Amino acid sequence: MDIHPILAALKKHKSAALLIVLQIALTLAIVANAFFIIGHSIGRMSRPTGLEEDGLIRVVQQWPATPGMDDAAAIEKFDAMQRADLETLRSLPDVEDAAASTSNPILSGYEAGDISLDSGRKGKFVRAAYYYGDERMRPVFGLHLIAGRDFYASEIRHGHGLPGSPVVIVSKPVADRLFPDGHALGQTVYQDGKPARIVGIVERLQTPKRADSDWAFNSVLEPLRVDDAWAGYVVRARPGRTAEAMREIHDALFALNPMRLMPEPYAGIHSFTEIRASGYFPDRGMALLMGAICIILLGVTAAGIVGLTSFWVLQRYRQIGVRRALGARKVDILRYFQIENFLIVAGGVIVGTALALGLNAWLMAQYEMTPLPVIYVASGALALLVLGQAAALVPALRASRVPPVVATRST
Amino acid sequence: MGIEQGASKRMFGYYLELAMRSMKRSPGLTALMILAIGFGVAASMTMYSVFRGLSADPIPWKSSRLFVPQIDIWGPGFREPGGEPQSGLDYIDAMALMRRHRAIRQSAIYSLSSSTMPDRATGSASPIPVRGYAVYSGFFPMLDVPFRYGGSWSEEEDARRAPVAVISDHLNRQVFGGGDNVGKTIEVGGRAYRIAGILAYWNPQPDFFADLQYRVDAPDVFLPFQYVVETRAIGNAGANCKRDADDPGTDFEALLHSDCTWISFMVELDDAAAARAYREYLDAYAVEQQKVGRFNWAPNNRLRDVPALLDHEHVIPGTARVSLLVAQGLLLVCLVNTVGLLLAKFLRRSGEIAVRRALGASRAAVCAQCLIEAGLIGLGGGILGLLLTIAGVHAVGLVMPAQLAALAGIDPGLLSSALLLAMVATLLAGAYPAHRASRVPPALKLKGQ
Repeated sequence: MDIHPILAALKKHKSAALLIVLQIALTLAIVANAFFIIGHSIGRMSRPTGLEEDGLIRVVQQWPATPGMDDAAAIEKFDAMQRADLETLRSLPDVEDAAASTSNPILSGYEAGDISLDSGRKGKFVRAAYYYGDERMRPVFGLHLIAGRDFYASEIRHGHGLPGSPVVIVSKPVADRLFPDGHALGQTVYQDGKPARIVGIVERLQTPKRADSDWAFNSVLEPLRVDDAWAGYVVRARPGRTAEAMREIHDALFALNPMRLMPEPYAGIHSFTEIRASGYFPDRGMALLMGAICIILLGVTAAGIVGLTSFWVLQRYRQIGVRRALGARKVDILRYFQIENFLIVAGGVIVGTALALGLNAWLMAQYEMTPLPVIYVASGALALLVLGQAAALVPALRASRVPPVVATRST
Repeated sequence: MGIEQGASKRMFGYYLELAMRSMKRSPGLTALMILAIGFGVAASMTMYSVFRGLSADPIPWKSSRLFVPQIDIWGPGFREPGGEPQSGLDYIDAMALMRRHRAIRQSAIYSLSSSTMPDRATGSASPIPVRGYAVYSGFFPMLDVPFRYGGSWSEEEDARRAPVAVISDHLNRQVFGGGDNVGKTIEVGGRAYRIAGILAYWNPQPDFFADLQYRVDAPDVFLPFQYVVETRAIGNAGANCKRDADDPGTDFEALLHSDCTWISFMVELDDAAAARAYREYLDAYAVEQQKVGRFNWAPNNRLRDVPALLDHEHVIPGTARVSLLVAQGLLLVCLVNTVGLLLAKFLRRSGEIAVRRALGASRAAVCAQCLIEAGLIGLGGGILGLLLTIAGVHAVGLVMPAQLAALAGIDPGLLSSALLLAMVATLLAGAYPAHRASRVPPALKLKGQ
């Protein structure tokens, strides 16, 4: 079909056509960026942490401040209290096992440093988060050990501010980046300049850091029970008994020693499901908000197309009748309106692509945002083209049903 | 005059009737426009309500007289982007500024977290976490902190390291069950403090004098800076240290001797001259430190008032800005949509307009009638938008963290601006279609009939 008559007709409705082009363009600019934000949030939320999350409980607590917390006697006192807590936790009926552990994925509080091949950090090095804990931490987390062994109980040090463990378990990305040939196990690396031997490798362990980073899975397990005012434990509940285990943990710990603090929301007794939900709440919220706005936006735009196309059909009622009388088939009329709609929406999509990229540039300056991948613009454009065709269909069908006889009437 | 007024009133009534009739003739299109305007207005007003809450001046009557001095303690190579000095101070320089006392009022400030024991009567043997700030006595009058009972401790008590405290009424109720407990003793972090004052509710957002955080809960306790630091009563949890420098962590003693920054500082300067003098003083201080060999670089100081500081530090979260922009984009699309639909609606009635024009209606009359119709749609959209804004503000907590959602509020101002926005926006959207409708030529259309 020749598009010349369509363009000629559109010239008569310049302002209305331009309005739809503008509306489509703005819609695409917003929808493409909103889709991107949604995709980014969902991508972050759906990353597996490497933990066996179901049945995992985290306890974070603080001992009330006592003066002189850094001397040797205080450290031994903190350690004794921590060991007593762990023993109590392990004895609970709905608890399978418990371990000392300072942090876990998505919790946000963490320590990090550089792991390098030489003590001076001159050569290759990678950034990694440190998980301090005892020999049960790896199994309680449910991490998949792909090479080497767990820490021996005898390797666990205790104390406060003791950087540089002699032995470490690293996550696979750390091993792969330092030793691309795959011989990381047994090698000595330098942790902020101090030597450490890799005794084990776990397949995957996300860092506690919530913000995006290029080292999100670079983690190191350190055999150290940290003794300071904060104490953290991970607990593995018996299958299906998480809620019961959480109640037991609370009651047992406060019965053992009521002098402890659990300032929410960071501290307290939380299942990993809760930690995940609260840690990713802003991502989920942003995705929901953008989703709701996209639905309204696409609905309004579709309705607008229906409205204007109906108006055009009504206006050209007589001309359609004339065309039908001169031999045009129903399908020709239908196709006419569909092609007209395609041309308008395509115009909007072209302008909209430029607007979408402009908006993305602004968002990158304002907000943690990366360049908009083409796929989001393309899928937004496709969605609008399909939406446009669908919206134009009802009025176009009505146009195709205009009987040829109206040509003979005067309106 | 009277007759003319009566006539124009009658005409208005007539146009209104015409508009209503026209809206009834195409109920689908009318409903569509009302829905679009309603949703667009509600989305942008809801996000505006969040943004307004976040960007509100925390101390509007005084913010331009409160300043935060920044000193370039670390020098080149360790500066923030743009050559900016660190936002906080280390202990040495904060104490130097306090000692020299160059402003009307000043206070070094840092965040505390500790614990206290609840009222024995509650039967609980577990401590309660408390959060607050170590400050100087000048802090309270400087920030017009409201007291319910008692008042600030004195400068003399600061100097003599007296263990005194100002607590929130919330903590007062938790520990003592409420009432005037000034003069009683409260234990914080294992030490006893005499209560000098109990605050009325005070929770400015963000806490512009310290960490620039939005917080759901108000601070519980304020303790004298010098006492807390010099007796090593409560340490500091988070210090910023130079890259590659040893982080003292929880070692308070080491922190006091380090150049890690962890102290906020605020001064009150009542006019431009005082601010200029303080700026000069800061530079003179830096030069002096350069002479004694501490700083090896030219002075690079800043002195920003509270609004400038909040702006510079980008306290408003990016998500709130982005949400507002996207919601405004939605409103814009809804308006473009309305322009198109009104155009269709008015021009569909070209025949009727042509007859009215031929019977003597002026262009202005046609235009006015169209605008009244647009205004009615705007009113409908405004009422819907207002209801949806109320629902939206209540639902903000579903998509935004509590400390941000809590700042979104509904007030008559917000609601009337929602209504006004809908009316004005729809009238603007109706202007072009009304103009087009008024251009429908009378004679030509009559011929066609």
